[in-house]
Amino acid sequence: MRKMLLNLTVAAAVAVLMLTSWPSPAQAKTFRWAFQGDLQSLDPHSLNETFLIGFLGNVYEGLVRRGPDLKIEPALAKSWQIMEPTRWRFHLRRNVKFHNGDTFNADDVIFSYQRALSEGSDFKTRVSTVKKMVKVDDYTVDVITKAPNPILISEWSSWYIMDKKWCEKHGATESTNIKSGKENYATRHENGTGPFIVTERQKDVKTVLKPFAGWWDKPRHNLTEVIFTPISSDATRVAALLSGQVDMMYPVPVQDIKRVDKHPGTSVLVGPELRTIFLGMNQTDKALPCSNLKDRNPLKDVRVRKALYQAIDIKAIQKKIMRGLSTPSALMISPKLFPAYAKDFKRYPYDPAASKKLLAEAGYPNGFSMCMDSPNNRYVNDEQIAQAVVSMLAKVGVKVNLKAQPKAQYFKKVLSYDTEFYLLGWTPSSFDSWNVLYNLIDTREKSGRGKFNLGGYSNPAIDALTDKILSETNIAKRDKMIKKAYALLHQDVGYIPLHQQSLAWGKKDNIDLVQRADNQFMLFYVNVK
Amino acid sequence: MPRPDTETAAPAAPARHTTNFLHRLADSDIFYSFRHSPVTVAAAIVTLLIIFGAVAAPWIAPQNPFDMASLDLLDAHTPPSWEADGNPKYLLGTDDQGRDLLSAILYGSRISLMVGFFSVLFSMAVGVSLGVVSGYVGGFVDALIMRIAEIQISFPAILIALLIDGVLRTLIPEAKSEQLADTVLIFSIGISGWVQYARTVRSSTLVERGREYVQAARVIGIHPLMIMVRHILPNVMGPVLVIGTIHLAVAIITEATLSFLGVGIPPTQPSLGTLIRIGNDYLFSGEWWITIFPSIALASLVLAVNLLGDWMRDALNPKLR
Repeated sequence: MRKMLLNLTVAAAVAVLMLTSWPSPAQAKTFRWAFQGDLQSLDPHSLNETFLIGFLGNVYEGLVRRGPDLKIEPALAKSWQIMEPTRWRFHLRRNVKFHNGDTFNADDVIFSYQRALSEGSDFKTRVSTVKKMVKVDDYTVDVITKAPNPILISEWSSWYIMDKKWCEKHGATESTNIKSGKENYATRHENGTGPFIVTERQKDVKTVLKPFAGWWDKPRHNLTEVIFTPISSDATRVAALLSGQVDMMYPVPVQDIKRVDKHPGTSVLVGPELRTIFLGMNQTDKALPCSNLKDRNPLKDVRVRKALYQAIDIKAIQKKIMRGLSTPSALMISPKLFPAYAKDFKRYPYDPAASKKLLAEAGYPNGFSMCMDSPNNRYVNDEQIAQAVVSMLAKVGVKVNLKAQPKAQYFKKVLSYDTEFYLLGWTPSSFDSWNVLYNLIDTREKSGRGKFNLGGYSNPAIDALTDKILSETNIAKRDKMIKKAYALLHQDVGYIPLHQQSLAWGKKDNIDLVQRADNQFMLFYVNVK
Repeated sequence: MPRPDTETAAPAAPARHTTNFLHRLADSDIFYSFRHSPVTVAAAIVTLLIIFGAVAAPWIAPQNPFDMASLDLLDAHTPPSWEADGNPKYLLGTDDQGRDLLSAILYGSRISLMVGFFSVLFSMAVGVSLGVVSGYVGGFVDALIMRIAEIQISFPAILIALLIDGVLRTLIPEAKSEQLADTVLIFSIGISGWVQYARTVRSSTLVERGREYVQAARVIGIHPLMIMVRHILPNVMGPVLVIGTIHLAVAIITEATLSFLGVGIPPTQPSLGTLIRIGNDYLFSGEWWITIFPSIALASLVLAVNLLGDWMRDALNPKLR
């Protein structure tokens, strides 16, 4: 008996020695990074949010992807051709494996198209111009669009492909529904084709990724492990970087950029971001439930919307809250993405007197009250901007009750169209105005059009222009139409654009990475020196 | 010896009564111990100063920080007036929205004290009544109340307060959420603190219940409720006052903690805890004043109230004399 025990012990010791690989310091490249909020789910169709898209872009892949310079590159589709204006043929990459070993083929593409259209999906607008998808053979798919759509693939770098077999096996054939809180297997598990595998996930605590050995492409990173931690407090996030607990974090709070840059061993990458931060107003409901006016909705009146616009001192926000790291905007898109005519648009000037006069003309000489929604861990200084807006509106007599909450609760609320006045940011995933018009500005429809028009602004003339802009191939003509649409929006004050924020990523000096202007952080360009 | 003139004596009676009272107070053991403890005197002065500042805030504060229209964003992040970029208009500087910190602290301690005071009253009312009932009625009722108390006391009070706060917040309509924030806090902090009162009062009640005067009252047929309120209650209130004073400090800290976590008083009408939270993000960025001054105010208030409570516990305890 004793001998047997001894044998067992020796065997166990040997086994332990054999199993434990001793990674030399040169081999093990663990990369730790932090962001201000957590990933809301692992389901790539659940939430159209830049952070989620960027994070899951390391795990899942689309038919196409964007390179470091944001140019479209082939990914799961090796090549494509336009057969007729409304028929695109995609040739899929062979020998691509999902993380569980399943082979990728045309069925997965068609399945992912249908899944993106399912009830809870936040990505309907990515594929809503598609009439149907036809499987030609296992590695060829034809996409038939409702109308000619020359920019089809520029929307598709963030429409990720899921494994049909895996989803069916686990009952995850429909997208997670963030609004109703309906989860499925894919909410907490992943099975992509991308360069990284999620090996451990504790919501709001940490997420661990390991490189996927069977990835079809050549890795451009040298990582062996990635640990992601959400840290919502600005001060704590900075301290974590300075003390070396994380190798990289973003956003660096504007007040700390100098300090992080001066600190030996860390530096800040600052660049303009393509995101526009704006205020939206409820223009559909008969009355605002939160307001003192019970019988009407003051925001339906263009004079009131203009009054709110002119009450906001955007320069003060730029100087004091953003500390110069923002560009006030008159447009709902970054001027970099609409170079042709962006200069022709000017903000309505800040003028509280004019604002009060407009309110009096509209019949509210003493103002009114309403509620406002804002996230407090999504955009740079989002809560502070919202508070400043509340104080500026108070000066013209509009009393705003601010509800600033973490993005998980915030998105759930506003995406259900349950909001009166809100702060939101938008980066068009295609880097093109059509995306902004179709998602944010067009009249809300079942088809997915206007899905993110949370205030329900509506102007049929803009809707008609959007359709024409989609199919127009003459760039000059197209830009003119876009200009016309934006001019109509400006005239209607459908939104109050605020500014484009700046990117500020903090990193240790021994980290090499690529900062993309769309603020998506791609692990496969990260190198630890 | 001629009798004193009743007509001149009568009006003097109330005055003599008050002097008597003050005289008696000055002569009492309690005042003696107060006078001979400089720490307690200092604590009392600090507490009174803060209470005065809080009550008189609308008259002495340079700005009304709750009136969003009075804030000027361009004045945000101004350092205290003695610093290089300071502005004499803002003695202690401003926060990230251009709020004058001195005014914000005065108004903030108003909220902190009010929430603290009313939640203590609320705890006291719930705790004392449950304690008296539990001690007097005994049996099943006693067992039930005490088991609930034990379950609750096994959780940290802040957790209970957070829980109740969270539940209440979802029940309140959005339009009212800002106005009702104080009430919600008072209720949640109050509920989280009743156990101590109940347990103390219950044990005193158990003692009193056996005394002759209570038995006498029972024999002549007085309603039990009346016995509890009129006879037992006045005799068990001594320790309750001590717990109440110490609990006030705890309640103020709990409010500050909840506000610091972002679930207490909204940032549009900041309490001390909210101010500390706002300033916390700027502490290491060189803008120390936003968080340091409210922290000093909170720390002094809580320390002073705690010292007073400690002193009261010793002064009222005959065994320590």
